[in-house]
Amino acid sequence: MRRARWRRGLAAGVAAAALAGLAGCGGASAGPPVLNWYTNPDDGGQAEIAAACTAASGGAYRIATSVLPRQAGEQRQQLVRRLAANDSSIDIMSIDPPYIPEFAEAGFLAPVPEDVGSRATEGVVNSAIEGASWNGELVTVPFWANTQLLWYRTSQVEATGLDMDGPVTWDQIIQAAQQGDKQIAAQGARAESMTVWLNALIESGGGEIITNPSPEDPEGIELGLDSPAATKAAEIMKQVSQVAGPGFSTADEDQNSNAFQGDAAMFQVNWPFVWGKVNSAVADGSVEQSVADDFGWALYPQTEAGTPSAPPYGGINLGVGAFSPNVDLAYQATECIVSEENQKQYMLTNGNPAAKESVFTDPEVLEQFPMAPLIEQSLQQAKPRPQTAYYSEVSESIQRNYHPSAGIDPATVGPATAELIRAVMAKEQLL
Amino acid sequence: MTTTERTGTGGATPASPAGPGTSDKARSEQRLGWMLAGPAFVIMLLVTAYPIAQAVYYSLFNYRLTDPDNISFVGLNNYAVILTDQIWWTSFGVTVFITVVTVAVELVLGFALALVMMNALKAIRPVLRAAILIPYAVITVVSAFAWQYAFSLDSGFVNSWFSWLPGVAVDTDWFGGTWSSLFVICLAEIWKTTPFISLLLLAGLAQVPDVLQEAARVDGASWWQRMWKVTIPNMKAAIMVALLFRTLDAFRVFDTVFVMTGGAENTETVSFLAYRQTIARLEIGLGSAVSVLLFLSVVVICVGFIKGFKVDLSQARGEK
Repeated sequence: MRRARWRRGLAAGVAAAALAGLAGCGGASAGPPVLNWYTNPDDGGQAEIAAACTAASGGAYRIATSVLPRQAGEQRQQLVRRLAANDSSIDIMSIDPPYIPEFAEAGFLAPVPEDVGSRATEGVVNSAIEGASWNGELVTVPFWANTQLLWYRTSQVEATGLDMDGPVTWDQIIQAAQQGDKQIAAQGARAESMTVWLNALIESGGGEIITNPSPEDPEGIELGLDSPAATKAAEIMKQVSQVAGPGFSTADEDQNSNAFQGDAAMFQVNWPFVWGKVNSAVADGSVEQSVADDFGWALYPQTEAGTPSAPPYGGINLGVGAFSPNVDLAYQATECIVSEENQKQYMLTNGNPAAKESVFTDPEVLEQFPMAPLIEQSLQQAKPRPQTAYYSEVSESIQRNYHPSAGIDPATVGPATAELIRAVMAKEQLL
Repeated sequence: MTTTERTGTGGATPASPAGPGTSDKARSEQRLGWMLAGPAFVIMLLVTAYPIAQAVYYSLFNYRLTDPDNISFVGLNNYAVILTDQIWWTSFGVTVFITVVTVAVELVLGFALALVMMNALKAIRPVLRAAILIPYAVITVVSAFAWQYAFSLDSGFVNSWFSWLPGVAVDTDWFGGTWSSLFVICLAEIWKTTPFISLLLLAGLAQVPDVLQEAARVDGASWWQRMWKVTIPNMKAAIMVALLFRTLDAFRVFDTVFVMTGGAENTETVSFLAYRQTIARLEIGLGSAVSVLLFLSVVVICVGFIKGFKVDLSQARGEK
């Protein structure tokens, strides 16, 4: 008896669910058009901006957010798979800059209207404009821009006598760490972060990983991995691996930020999120206030003394899906999303630096981020990672050959990687 | 109508082909068999055969997902690229290593656990079985993360608990070397899937007739003699099924490697290689060729096991 009732209940439930599903499929929902914004995971800041812009649109559109996977490479994979199938549900995308050329070449991005482009790049830091463009043309809208700083523990560095007021070189910080018997926390894991590091080292030395991207003929790509700048970069990587602690070959940004909050690391090269992280840790009582007070910051280390460094550039730009039925509305929405007010709010609540210069002089921002002017300077100097539609191949090849950094031969690793990239592009080799 | 015995197996079975001399009953049984199995067969074709055929087809082309306008037929060139590449052979070697080590250890451990489950007191048997099966209920990715956290330098407890063991120090970076990474990967795999193999072996143990054990005992056979001469030979089919299933499973290992090392330190497996070409590089042609080679490896393992063990699976099903 009980079983029969249970079955009837189940059947009714299934029927109700099916009907609900059908209703969902068939009926066009009333109200303004919904713009789907695929965001990278954050502390909820993009969802807040979406709500604010929906309210500000006066009923012209409603922005719904969907969160992509955590890793940049996985975000790209999900977007590419959908876009390759001409998915029209993608209106706005938060895209990691190195993948922008690939999206543009594949025709996944709706062209940026000229007026939107000129407004969106007004007062924006150099690196963000460079990172949002491909082939000299703006193909996405700069949203927020990230860069790495050299973070140091003031008390430990003082003991070594190294002057941090002016620019410092990698050689100097390696020497200071050795002298103080402390570590340098750098990203030695076989991950995207390793490409970020190598690119910054090479660019800081005046070189480039890709000297000619050759978008029409991938096999014609020209690489600068056998240049003196690249050799010097590999030498630095090898030297750092000797003062980077036992977990270096698996260390990513998060691990390094933890190591730096502890007592082991004197320096770290990392994104500004480490500042928000240590302050949250102080707030929840897991880290002493004295640790946050001991944090010092400087421009990314120079490869050659006297040559300004080219810090890593990251962040997120907004692309509008080429298959979206609401391209015009989507561009309207992106303009709202990247407004100065929203960029400032996003930096204050989520710790991600703005792309607009004016935000860095805002008193509220300066109070929460005393290093804001330095971040802006770093963003003006920063260089994007190699811009090519085949960025994944380039990055994976670098990771394969430069990891673990302790075992590389600086004289041969560059040419060997260049050959690997060439063979991979020509589809003569696996990756 | 005449009834002809086409085979010597004693009576027409639903599996025998419908010849002109088949009886009405056999034919209707066969029809019923097709009607019952037909939908499943069609679904199998759709979900298994179709993707395999598509992979074989794509493996003959130079096809990048983001550049669909430039598809070109390259014949077997993708296979030539793969089979002459050191990366393929390294991945293959790593996969074989993980498979052999995990399956061997799991067989011994699983058998021991099956014996424990079989001989445990009736009162605690359900609890014991549930306890042993828990790891198998854990999703592979979750178990991989749990083991990774346990062994990692920042969050792990293994180093501090086992620093008294030779070779383990407080700062041992398990994922910083090939062999130590493989050790943790194998350990996680073994923990996760030993319950599966023990469950299959338990089924085999339960099928060994008590009368044979009794007879051996009466003849004065020791525990070891009964194990080697009575129990194991009678479990041959169950052991083969357990080994075959686990070997196929282990050969396709992906999640644990993906979570723990991401293929670093030469721990890439064949599945991972297929993933990298297809999903990360979007080279559908090359990736499909790797997948087809993986599929062929699995077929070879399957045939090897069935031939090697000389077990007739129909016998295992009790049809003969």
